[in-house]
Amino acid sequence: MTDPILIVHDISITFPDRNGSLDALDTVSFTVLPREFVCVLGPSGSGKSTLLRILAGLLEPTSGSFSFAGGRPKIGMVFQQSNLMPWRTALENITLPLELQGVQADEAHARSQELIDLVGLQGFESSWPRDLSGGMAQRVAIARALIHDPDILLLDEPFGSLDALTREHMWTELSHIWQRRQKTVLMVTHSIGESLILADRVLVLTQRPGKIKLDLEVDLPRPRADEMRYTAHFGELARRLKEAIG
Amino acid sequence: MDWKLPLRGKPPRTSRRSLHWTAFASLAAALLGWWLVSRFAGLPAFILPAPEQVAVRFWKALTDGSLLVHTAATLTEVLLGLLAGTIAAVTLGYAIAKSRLFEQLVSPYLVATQAIPIVAIAPLLVIWFGPGIFSKVLICALIVFFPVLVNTVVGVRAVPRPFHDLMHSLRATRGQIIRMLEVPAALPVLLGGLRVGATLSVIGAVVGELVGSDHGLGFLVNVGRGQYDTALVFVAVFTLIALALALYGLVSFLERKLLIWQEAFER
Repeated sequence: MTDPILIVHDISITFPDRNGSLDALDTVSFTVLPREFVCVLGPSGSGKSTLLRILAGLLEPTSGSFSFAGGRPKIGMVFQQSNLMPWRTALENITLPLELQGVQADEAHARSQELIDLVGLQGFESSWPRDLSGGMAQRVAIARALIHDPDILLLDEPFGSLDALTREHMWTELSHIWQRRQKTVLMVTHSIGESLILADRVLVLTQRPGKIKLDLEVDLPRPRADEMRYTAHFGELARRLKEAIG
Repeated sequence: MDWKLPLRGKPPRTSRRSLHWTAFASLAAALLGWWLVSRFAGLPAFILPAPEQVAVRFWKALTDGSLLVHTAATLTEVLLGLLAGTIAAVTLGYAIAKSRLFEQLVSPYLVATQAIPIVAIAPLLVIWFGPGIFSKVLICALIVFFPVLVNTVVGVRAVPRPFHDLMHSLRATRGQIIRMLEVPAALPVLLGGLRVGATLSVIGAVVGELVGSDHGLGFLVNVGRGQYDTALVFVAVFTLIALALALYGLVSFLERKLLIWQEAFER
């Protein structure tokens, strides 16, 4: 049994609100193992993005704590929108995390090459973000989240703004990247299908205040093909998730 | 140089050659109109000098060196004022953008200073700081200050929160956030303020020189008026227009170079 890379213990958060206060998360606890792909599934307003923001260090929980194995982790984050800086080319966006670490530009470019190949961006290195399609922009964002070799990837509904076909294509690519790169991934989503195609485990958060209602092992074999969605076992898992969301 | 109006969006399609022609034709028509009025309206030269009289006066002022000296004096005031005003406005504007408390503290004073017409306090500044260059630079800086300040605040506040989240998740330092996020993100709006400030700075310098000085194009206007040498007034005014246009063009040029990532500046 390996030690978990992330331990979340009884995290609660309350926001001040016009009518007093708003409980967004209520005593959320779970652990994530190294190289595990965990999806946090929940309806909108269940505080799942809030949870991710807490783990990224962008928000302080009201109570509870979390810890990463080996201290403060390097984080790679992908947001709902690609969040690319419009004054940087695709390549310059990808190398941003390295620049922040003080890596020289030429070394950063060298290190970006493998990722550009991995996410299929060859030929788009010097494009401005405004010239990229939604799927392309999100590929750049994924490459940016990976380039500094983070300890954990935090994905906040990364494919929510894409059209259905592009989204399904990106699932395949993300599975592929995850298997190649051996990363720990925590991904927030509201799509049952997405979580079952991608995750090893799905945590279901309830409606506000978010509480973990179900911790479901996804024992579907990998690589997971699209046809798998029409099998009886996939249907059974989906039904259990659906019931838990309510 | 680029002297287009700062209009965003696509204009109706017209060929570039016909646009050049239009600009040329409009200039020629204006000159012709001026010449016709001066020739046939029966006005004395100290009311309206003819274009050729102004041209002769221009040549004289150029060759005896006086025009260059006064233009240099005004340009120095304008540039120093622009620099000082911009530095002060960007510094203060950044502090206001980042701190509501600071905004509450200083904004009443800033609004109050904006309510004072600069033309009215220019004499006061000349009395206090003398007729030398300092009072003019101060007037320029004051007039440049407000538009640049407002644009700095707007630009810095408009930086989308997800960009800040990204930088924080990557543990960017304060300096890195300023340098790699806030400066480039605010630059379009800031340059817009600078463009307004550049032309205002010319006005500031002239106001100061008109009030009291022995140098500059504003001083030259006063001299021309005093000696009924209206052609000289025209020369000074045209030089001022050229100066303001050059500065405006310079900022537009900077915008095109620095904001190459924006669609509006693509050809």
